[in-house]
Amino acid sequence: MTSKALLAATALVAITLSLPATAAELTVGFSQIGSESGWRAAETSVSKSEAAKRKVTLKIADAQQKQENQIKAIRSFIAQGVDAIFLAPVVSSGWDAVLKEAKEAKIPVVLLDRDIDPSGKELYLTAVTSDSVHEGAVAGEWLAKAMAGKACNVVELQGTVGASVATNRKKGFDSVVAKNANLKVVRSQTGDFTRAKGKEVMESFIKAEGGGKTICAVYAHNDDMMVGAIQAMKEAGLKPGKDILTVSIDAVPDIFKAIAAGEANATVELTPNMAGPALDAIMAYKAKGTVPPKWIQTESKLYTAADDPQKIYDSKKGLGY
Amino acid sequence: MMQRLLQSRGLAQIIALLVILALDRAVSPQFFDLRMQDGRLFGSLIDVLNRGAPVALLSLGMVLVIATRGIDLSVGAVMAIAGAIAASLADAHGMPVALAAALGAGLLCGLWNGFLVAVLGIQPIVATLILMVAGRGVAQLITEGRIVTFTAPDLVWLGNGAVLGVPAPVAVELGMLVITGAVVRGSALGLLIEATGGNARASELAGIGTRAMILAVYVWCGLCAALAGIIAAADIMGADANNAGLWLELDAILAVVIGGTSLFGGRFSLVLAMVGALIIQAMNTGILLSGYPPEFNLLVKAAVVLVVLLLQSPRFASAGAVLGRARQ
Repeated sequence: MTSKALLAATALVAITLSLPATAAELTVGFSQIGSESGWRAAETSVSKSEAAKRKVTLKIADAQQKQENQIKAIRSFIAQGVDAIFLAPVVSSGWDAVLKEAKEAKIPVVLLDRDIDPSGKELYLTAVTSDSVHEGAVAGEWLAKAMAGKACNVVELQGTVGASVATNRKKGFDSVVAKNANLKVVRSQTGDFTRAKGKEVMESFIKAEGGGKTICAVYAHNDDMMVGAIQAMKEAGLKPGKDILTVSIDAVPDIFKAIAAGEANATVELTPNMAGPALDAIMAYKAKGTVPPKWIQTESKLYTAADDPQKIYDSKKGLGY
Repeated sequence: MMQRLLQSRGLAQIIALLVILALDRAVSPQFFDLRMQDGRLFGSLIDVLNRGAPVALLSLGMVLVIATRGIDLSVGAVMAIAGAIAASLADAHGMPVALAAALGAGLLCGLWNGFLVAVLGIQPIVATLILMVAGRGVAQLITEGRIVTFTAPDLVWLGNGAVLGVPAPVAVELGMLVITGAVVRGSALGLLIEATGGNARASELAGIGTRAMILAVYVWCGLCAALAGIIAAADIMGADANNAGLWLELDAILAVVIGGTSLFGGRFSLVLAMVGALIIQAMNTGILLSGYPPEFNLLVKAAVVLVVLLLQSPRFASAGAVLGRARQ
């Protein structure tokens, strides 16, 4: 498996390297945070394929989670005179100086996946991000529709306490719960976005709720925690997906495996394709001078068993999740 | 007789554990309920034992290291490495190869730490910090930053199986306790380790091979950490290099300290370190069962740890006695 992935990676590198020879029209520098999660790895590989699709040369600099590396990368992109810069900012502050340099060099900057402090609003062209409040709401609406007015006790697996994604995904879900009197969040604990903690917390939920009999659905702020929770339910002799409904967010490959097996019900996608819309915006801007809106919101698509989960799993598993 | 019992070592820990279990029962009435589920005992009490197994295993190695006046910060990273290796090899090469490779990696990591401390004389906290940082990177390289899943049933059994109803992780943990206890307390080895920690120079002059002692405890610690990593991976049927064992070195050190072992070395108790690990997990499980908002988790944990440590403090105890007398 490792050697296969290595081969694939080599092939990808080879493709990116060979691109300049195909007389690409645009060169874009992409300062990526690093590869701290599977989603991030998938974002990097999707960015490469989206750029290749549009015959754009994409130069990716991996910052290994350090802002100083990102600033260095942006300066080097400016020095190389790229046509545009994509930035997935590791933190939200401290970008003003380097983004001003880019602006002075007349190189448009597009933020991917994360936003920066409002003080930098004038310094970038547009930000392509997902709305995590909306993601939580999409998850909640699926459950409200699935229950169709029937009373439902929900347990919630929160992300890391204090993480903005966790706060927002909770907020979005809570807004739907507030509108539907039949839905009630009975327990809510943090599973730190990990499988192991998701499993541990779900085990305690099951015990605290009469062996899981009073739980009607689980909502997890990410799929990894749900994968752990599904194991906990199975070990407790429950049938996840039937006895207890599941809805989570991210759409990583393993949750599609669970959906295909009937052990999970729904997931909301945090698309790894942030570069696609960003490239379209840049190409329109360069060709016709079309100024994109300040915020391009990516689609938070809902997937269920009706969406051929096995096929999606096969298409996603090679992306590096 | 009563006097001796009250002064006996470990009483504070046992009382603390009982108090926390009683509190768990108070926040969650079904805490002591047990039933069989798929040939395995099922209940909150079992969760405490089962979820506590990785930290208990870590503390089993850690307590020996601390007894030599050392410390091993790398155990969490070693867990991640062992889990990553086991998960990557399990499906293609089978459980024996995966297990041997993962345990071998743990041994190597321990050997590396032991070499830095015993042979090069680097301070343990610095020496093991190197592997703590680099080790997680190694694990991420092995898994390429993704969660590597596996289905090999015999490896999964280590996380989800049972021996006579006892969850496999708990059985492994007890097995390791018996083996470690037999080796260090069944021979003079434990005494030699304590002597090394108490006064390395005097021990050396008395003819104890202190280098060999130090090397041995780090190797054992690496092995225990590898085992904990394999169990953690088997539990979720996958290796999560970014999160497996993250910050668990601190829990392991805490378990050892709660168990009454001094960070200045010179004495240790294997059983009490395990009790320390149980106290930590009984607290964690209690917090999860209580239904408090997660923002309180760390505060509750810190408060309980403080109380347990105060209970053990001789000065606090004597201050309490003085106060009690004044009131009379």
